Amino acid sequence: MTISNVEKVEYWKWEESNWKNPDIPDCSGSLITAGVDIGSTSTQAVILADGELYAYSSIRTGSNSPNSAIDAMKWAMDGTGLSLEDLRYTVGTGYGRVNVPFADKSVTEISCHARGANMIYGPSLRTILDMGGQDCKAIHCDEVGRVTSFMMNDKCAAGTGRGMEVIANLLSVHVEDIGKMSFMIDEEPPPVSSVCVIFAKTEATNLMRAGWSKEKVLAAYCHAMALRVARLLERNGMEEDFAITGGIAKNIGVVRRIERILGVRALETEMDQQIAGALGGAMIAKELVEKKNAKKIS
Amino acid sequence: MITVGIDCGNQNTKAIMVIDGKIMNKALVLTEFDGKIAAEKVYNMVLANTGVKRDDVQAVVTTGAGRDMVDFSNASINEVSSAARGSRFINADANLVIDLGAEGCRAMRLNPDGRVKNYEVNDKCASGAGTFIETMARALQIKTEDMGDYSLRHKKNLPMNAQCVVFSESEVISLIHQQETVEDIAHGIHVGICNRISSLIRRVGIVDGIMLIGGPGYNKGLVQSLQDVLGKDIAVAEDSEFVSAVGAAVYAVNLV
Amino acid sequence: MIANYGFEDGSGSYYIAIDTDHCTDCKERGCLESCQNKVFEMELNDWDDEVAIIKKDYCNQLKSICAGCKPLVDRPELLPCEKACSFRSIVHTW
Repeated sequence: MTISNVEKVEYWKWEESNWKNPDIPDCSGSLITAGVDIGSTSTQAVILADGELYAYSSIRTGSNSPNSAIDAMKWAMDGTGLSLEDLRYTVGTGYGRVNVPFADKSVTEISCHARGANMIYGPSLRTILDMGGQDCKAIHCDEVGRVTSFMMNDKCAAGTGRGMEVIANLLSVHVEDIGKMSFMIDEEPPPVSSVCVIFAKTEATNLMRAGWSKEKVLAAYCHAMALRVARLLERNGMEEDFAITGGIAKNIGVVRRIERILGVRALETEMDQQIAGALGGAMIAKELVEKKNAKKIS
Repeated sequence: MITVGIDCGNQNTKAIMVIDGKIMNKALVLTEFDGKIAAEKVYNMVLANTGVKRDDVQAVVTTGAGRDMVDFSNASINEVSSAARGSRFINADANLVIDLGAEGCRAMRLNPDGRVKNYEVNDKCASGAGTFIETMARALQIKTEDMGDYSLRHKKNLPMNAQCVVFSESEVISLIHQQETVEDIAHGIHVGICNRISSLIRRVGIVDGIMLIGGPGYNKGLVQSLQDVLGKDIAVAEDSEFVSAVGAAVYAVNLV
Repeated sequence: MIANYGFEDGSGSYYIAIDTDHCTDCKERGCLESCQNKVFEMELNDWDDEVAIIKKDYCNQLKSICAGCKPLVDRPELLPCEKACSFRSIVHTW
């Protein structure tokens, strides 16, 4: 027996985006390296020209990882005149890192994230929280973006974007509205007591039945998620400067509460933090090319 | 002597009437939103079924998550104590009791005298509780009751990677899309939960004389997978869901 | 680098921490043989150093896999893998 036509209404569409550096009108003659980060929910492609951010894209990961990698890279190349053949060296990273057909090497997402965040936030960065669709990582790194310790959790949906989506679906709220809504309250409610998303769902249903507004339930859930993530960070080693990357970085309901619990303000950036992994991959790609060239010369 | 034990579970509320050391009647209702109402309901059901008058019941003892919400009971005992008593009452050979409920799982090692030697609990993660199987059945679009039969008809081992109810739901959907059969998926689901439950059992120490109690006891596919994971035979009581209520009713005798 | 392999769920936190800086100096590699479930393996890291890791498929099941070495009564002070590491670089968090 097999089943077909499984369909669901869901409230978790992330916006897709691409960007091209207006300060680099032409990259011909430059060393072109790239990083592709295939995450469980989104895929990013980053192109560097001589180590400078040249173009990037971010799309939802489709059911076929190699196609997602190609689609993301083609979209990043849109309007640049570049083609896949122009990529000198490409690093694949993330959950689907071995599925980047045009990659020269795959590097763990932990190393790439630390390297990318170091470039985005600067060398004083020590602690990174990366919250993705299906995992949550605490990373501690040194001044060159090399990992000194890490702790990851991809077993449990609590503390991941997916857990937040489940609650968003339950309350029929768009995931992008959660952060703002969670502050439309008179007073911060106590956190949802269940860590487990399934039990938290039951708890949230009971709170709604007891007359809580959606905003108040979201506040209690964001609070619980922040507490859990803060614990992960403290266990792995929490030191300033601190930054948050990954999809959840856009959810101020969780971010502001993590800051409140840790008493630390997360560094801000104009750049899209979701590209940290792909950017790190592209940086490592550049270093690998330079290492090879140095070897050839000597 | 007439006593009644009521097990106020998260999902179902169960009552057992014991008369002179024999189980005489049982009743079960959905707990829904008010455990107190559910307890009152099952109590009245066993009274009506047997024709016993309320005043003739010498002691009522409650157990389970909602045990302290019931105001007409003489005492309440915890889930570990009622599970151990009920299991030994039904099966004198029970040395290790696994109590799998909707929202939790307990593994208890019993001393020769029937007292609890040590126990380990998980009631904080749904992936090791009965609700996991129900949620997966829903994803498979089959009834929870049918999971066991499907599982027993599996043709190949299909390991599940996900260890969380939320992630497993997505994995089941993608396995369906990959044209895997419901039979193989159901089996993979059972092996997954049994591996997780086994962590509790290994910590109390695996011995002969293992007994499974709780709602999912009727699920023969689950029992088979648990036997495979532990490498031991497992005994299941006929009305496995009522064993803790039996334990409470048996304890009630001491109060008289 | 301190690599923490494992997971956290509602029931608790289950990590094995490995200080991989010592792996390059380690000749015995006691971790590989000490574990009855063979959860450790050697892998080239991103800088091409050979270090001990926990097998990927095992990370999210450490709670059940390691349960046999952690009985509720008479648990040894050091677990077999912790003891086998000559640099004492393996620590269980639970």
